[in-house]
Amino acid sequence: MASLKELSSNKELLSGGHRLCAGCGASIIVRQVLLAADTPVVVANATGCLEVATTIFPYTAWRCPFIHCAFENAASTLSGVETAYRALKKKGKISQDIRFIAFGGDGGTYDIGLQALSGACERGHRMLYVCYDNQAYMNTGIQRSSATPLGAATTTCPAGKLLPGKSQNRKDLTEIMAAHHIPYVAQTSPGRWNDLVSKTQTALRTEGPSFMNVLSPCPRGWRFPPNETIKIAQLAVDTCLWPLYEVVEGKWRLTYRPKQKLPVEEWLKTQGRFAHLFKGDNQQVIEQLQAEVDRRWEELLEKSS
Amino acid sequence: MGKLISMEGNQAAAEAMRQINPDVVAAYPITPQTEVVQTFAQFVADGRVDTEFITVESEHSAMSACVGAAAAGTRVMTATSANGMALMWEILYIAASTRLPIVMALVNRALSANINIHCDHSDSMGARDAGWIQLYCENSQEVYDTLIQAVRIAEHPQVRLPVMVCYDGFIISHAVECLKLLEDKEVQEFVGEFKPVNSLLDIAHPHTFGPLDLYDFYFEHKRQQIEAYGPAKQVIVEIGKQFSALSGREYGLFEGYRLQDARLAIVLLGSAAGTAKEAVDRLRADGLPIGLLKLRAFRPFPSEELIQLLGGFEAVAVLDRAVSFGATAGPLFTEISSALFRADRRPLLVNYIYGLGGRDIDIEDIQKVGEELERTAERGKTEQLVDYVSVRE
Repeated sequence: MASLKELSSNKELLSGGHRLCAGCGASIIVRQVLLAADTPVVVANATGCLEVATTIFPYTAWRCPFIHCAFENAASTLSGVETAYRALKKKGKISQDIRFIAFGGDGGTYDIGLQALSGACERGHRMLYVCYDNQAYMNTGIQRSSATPLGAATTTCPAGKLLPGKSQNRKDLTEIMAAHHIPYVAQTSPGRWNDLVSKTQTALRTEGPSFMNVLSPCPRGWRFPPNETIKIAQLAVDTCLWPLYEVVEGKWRLTYRPKQKLPVEEWLKTQGRFAHLFKGDNQQVIEQLQAEVDRRWEELLEKSS
Repeated sequence: MGKLISMEGNQAAAEAMRQINPDVVAAYPITPQTEVVQTFAQFVADGRVDTEFITVESEHSAMSACVGAAAAGTRVMTATSANGMALMWEILYIAASTRLPIVMALVNRALSANINIHCDHSDSMGARDAGWIQLYCENSQEVYDTLIQAVRIAEHPQVRLPVMVCYDGFIISHAVECLKLLEDKEVQEFVGEFKPVNSLLDIAHPHTFGPLDLYDFYFEHKRQQIEAYGPAKQVIVEIGKQFSALSGREYGLFEGYRLQDARLAIVLLGSAAGTAKEAVDRLRADGLPIGLLKLRAFRPFPSEELIQLLGGFEAVAVLDRAVSFGATAGPLFTEISSALFRADRRPLLVNYIYGLGGRDIDIEDIQKVGEELERTAERGKTEQLVDYVSVRE
C-alpha cells in the first residue's frame, strides 16, 4: 500500500470549501476513500449531510462525476450507472476502466435504503458501497436510526425522566451484508487511515459488489469538540464497540486487535449524547451496553479464528 | 414493409422494445404488465437483444436504476402498472426534472384499496403532474407504434423528457389483436443512435447530477422545465408525421372521428375509443350529429388545438376512467373545461366517470351518453355535471 505521503500527492476529488461541519467524519472518510482509488471513479450519494453540504447549486465540491437521486436509492441508482457502463463497454463505446462508489449515511443505508442495497448486492454489480455511519439521522437534526447505540440520546429518543435515551441495541449491518455472501465486506474507521485505505483498495479490486461500513463521528450529533473526531473514532475501535475486520469470500478476518480492550465507558464519556448515563440509576444501561459489546466481540473472535 | 401478425398487447410492447434494442432495461413484474418483462427477459436470454437487463427488487429501484443508466448516457426503457408506478412516484419527478429521456410502458390498472388488477386510469392520472409526457393508446397497434415514436420524442434535443406510453390493462394488454409490425431495420433506422448529453461517464468532463437547489435557483429550473412542454407538443406531431411516412398510420396529438359536421362530441382516452366509434356510428345512423375526440397526448395537454376543435360545439361529454376525489369532476374533464373556458363559444359540458376497476363499458352505454348529450343540448344547460356509467347506486 502507498504511504500517507504518496497518497496525499494524489488529486483530491472532494474539494475544500464544502459546507460540512468542522470535524465531520464523513468528509474525512470520503477523502480517504477517494485518495485510495487509482482508476477514475463515478460517485453516487444518498440524500444526507454529505450530499446537501457538497452540492449547493450553483457550486459542487465534486471533481469526479457525481449523482444524487434520492434518499433510499444510492445503490439502485448506481446499479443503473454501472449497468450503463457495461452496456457501453460491450459495444466498444467506452474504453476506460471506471470504478463505481456509493456513499450513504446510516439512515440511507441501514434503514430506508437497505432494500435497494440488498438488491444491488444480490444482483452482483461491481460497485463499492460505503456507509458513513454517524449513528443517527444527522441531516434532519439528530433523530434515531437503527444504527444508534443503546442509551444514546437523540431528538426522537431523548433522555427523559422515564427513558434513558435509546432503549434498543443497534442493528449489525456489516453482518447483514456479510450474509449476502458478496465477495468483500469490511468494517473500518477513519481513526486508522491505513486500515480504511487498504480496505478501499481491496474493495475496488474486487470483481463484484463490495461493502464497507465506516464509523463516522459527528461532533454536532454526538456532542464533542470538533478536534476529537479521530480520537473518538479510534476509541470506538479500542473499546471493541466498532471492531475492524473484513470478510473476504466468506472468510472472516480481524484486521486490528486492540492491545488492551478498553471499557465502553471510555468511549461513552467523550460524548454529550451519553452524559445522562453517568447520572442517577442509568449506570445499568452502560452495563447492558458493555455486555452486548462483549458478546458481539466474542462472536467476532470466534468467526475470525 | 412489415408483416401482419396476431399477438397480445403486452407482446406487442415487448416486440417494440426488442426492435428498439435499448442499452438498458430495468423492470419489476406486476400484473397486468408482467408479460412485457418476461417476454423481454426471454429476448435477453436468447440473445435477440444487446440490452443489459437489470432484474431489480422493486419498482422504486427500477426507476432509480433507469435514472442512473440514463444519466450515464444510455437509452433506457421500463414498464409497470398501478401500485408499481405508485412506488416509483418519488423518482418519476426526479427522472423528469433531471431531463432524462426514459421511455416507460404503463399498463393502466386501478390503484388499491381495495386491491384490483383491472383497468382504470387512476395510476397515470395521479402522475399527471410528475413532468412525464403521457401518450394514450387505443389498441395494440398504437402501443407498438407509440413506443417506437416515444423514443424519438423523449430524446429530441428540444424535449429531453421521459415518456409514459399508457395502455389499458387486460383490455389491450391481454387481448389478441392483429397488428402490422415494421422490419427490425426500419425500427432501428427510425430510432437512430442515441446521442448522450452530459453523460455521467464522461470522466474528462465531470458533472454533478441532482444537487441541492434552494430558493435562489430552484424556481428558475422549474421555469426552464416548463418551457420544454411547448416544443414537446410540436415534436409529437412531427415524429407522428415521420412515423406515418414510414408506416402509413397517422399519429398526432389526438384523433377526431366523424367530428367535421358534428355538433355534439364525446371525449375520452384509451381503449374505450374503439367502443365509442361504434356507438358514434349507430347514433349517426339514428341521425344524431355526434363525433368522437380520442385524445392521445394528455401531457403536454393540447389546449389551443382543443379550443379550435371543440369551441363551436353545442355540447361535449367527457368520459373519465379515473376520479379525482373531492374535485369538481374527473381529471380529463377539468382539463378540457379549463381549456374551453377560453373558447369564444363554449360548449355545454358533462362528465361521466366509467370503468373503474375494470368495469366494462359497452356500445349501448356510450349510445346512452350520446342521447343524453343531445337532450342537454336541446335544454341548453347542463343539469348534472358528473354522472357515473353502469354503477350500482
